[in-house]
Amino acid sequence: MILGTYNYWVVIALMMIGLFVVIAHGNLLKKVIGLSILQTSVFILYISMSYISGGTAPILEHGVELYSNPLPHVLILTAIVVGIATTALALALVIRIKETYGTIEEQEIQARDLHEC
Amino acid sequence: MLFTALAIARVKDLFAAVMLMGIYSLLTASLFVVMHAVDVAFTEAVVGAGISTLLMLKALALTGPHQNNSSYRSMLALVVVLISGALLIYGTWDIPPFASASAPIHQHVAPHYIQNSMQETGVRNVVTAILASYRGFDTFGELVVVFTASVGVMGLLAVTHPHDKYHDGDAAAMQQHLILRIVVKMLIPLILIFALYVQFHGDYGPGGGFQAGVIFASAIILYSMVFGSHAAQQVVNRTVIQILAALGVLIYGSVGIVSLLMGRNFLDYSALLPDPVDGQHLGILLVELGVGITVAAAMIIIFFSFSDRVVSEEVSPE
Repeated sequence: MILGTYNYWVVIALMMIGLFVVIAHGNLLKKVIGLSILQTSVFILYISMSYISGGTAPILEHGVELYSNPLPHVLILTAIVVGIATTALALALVIRIKETYGTIEEQEIQARDLHEC
Repeated sequence: MLFTALAIARVKDLFAAVMLMGIYSLLTASLFVVMHAVDVAFTEAVVGAGISTLLMLKALALTGPHQNNSSYRSMLALVVVLISGALLIYGTWDIPPFASASAPIHQHVAPHYIQNSMQETGVRNVVTAILASYRGFDTFGELVVVFTASVGVMGLLAVTHPHDKYHDGDAAAMQQHLILRIVVKMLIPLILIFALYVQFHGDYGPGGGFQAGVIFASAIILYSMVFGSHAAQQVVNRTVIQILAALGVLIYGSVGIVSLLMGRNFLDYSALLPDPVDGQHLGILLVELGVGITVAAAMIIIFFSFSDRVVSEEVSPE
């Protein structure tokens, strides 16, 4: 019963690793990497929910009755592409910050902001 | 996969982290295949392991590969992470077990899609049917998000044209790799044909506009990596790409408007042809085409913006 939900445990572990990277690392690029780990864990959450044991991929065939749930697949498919677009936007912001401040370490950026005030 | 993720969290060298990220994405894609989500696996393999790693490398080239030894809040982070992780695991107590066919998620709209999508849309791949027809509104919105993000990247990284246009560090270095150049020349047509196959075969097998767009873009990106972005921009003109990105969104939107003018709801493709099923099929094809064009153009725009930045950094002495 308890072991039956192990897929969610894997998802939670990945999610927490992503969250840890986002909080603990000061490097902005590393934060973006952490965010995308967090993002992937959500993808896995959806896809593992749509899985049915004994089912097959949702492409209709004669004589097959049980398909895995196609709806989460659609949501995640578009989410992946949207995810890369937003990641690209984040990376562009990081590059601009690097050009303006000369660093992408959070602490150094804050120190420079305080210095200028 | 967990180990890869842990390694990413620990490793200090950002270059290694980005490379591990590629491995991690590939593992995720394999996991999706095991879970029968072929369309999603396809997308993750193309986007996560391909384009995303590449963009991160480009960003890395601009920001420098070293990270300060600054795990300054790791104790706090660990506490936060452990508490929220424990709460989430507590939450799984009430969730139905993995892979059971009687879970609530499989009870409501999903059976309708699986049983009726063949009669209603004439498309065998249920994922494509839902993507383009049943949930056409969502997909339209997501397409607009991709388009907006590419416009945003362009705005953030817009370069005043580099002074010495013919300076192309990558290309000069690549001149010596004869085998690489010839293999790439042989591969690019195959990649382009494969992209078109994925685009128009999405009704019958895994694939569709999103994947095809990214594959198409990756062919152009491969060309620009080996022959230099200057050469690549002679092949695919920047203005044309920008117009194409908008055109894809327009195709999608105008299919919706046409069905509105025919007296049906927005994006109700049954109105397009006398036979509703044929109309649905045509609508799905057109909409997927719009998706493919915009995604390909948006990815190319994003890549060019990044690589132009790298070139102009090299040119202008700091």
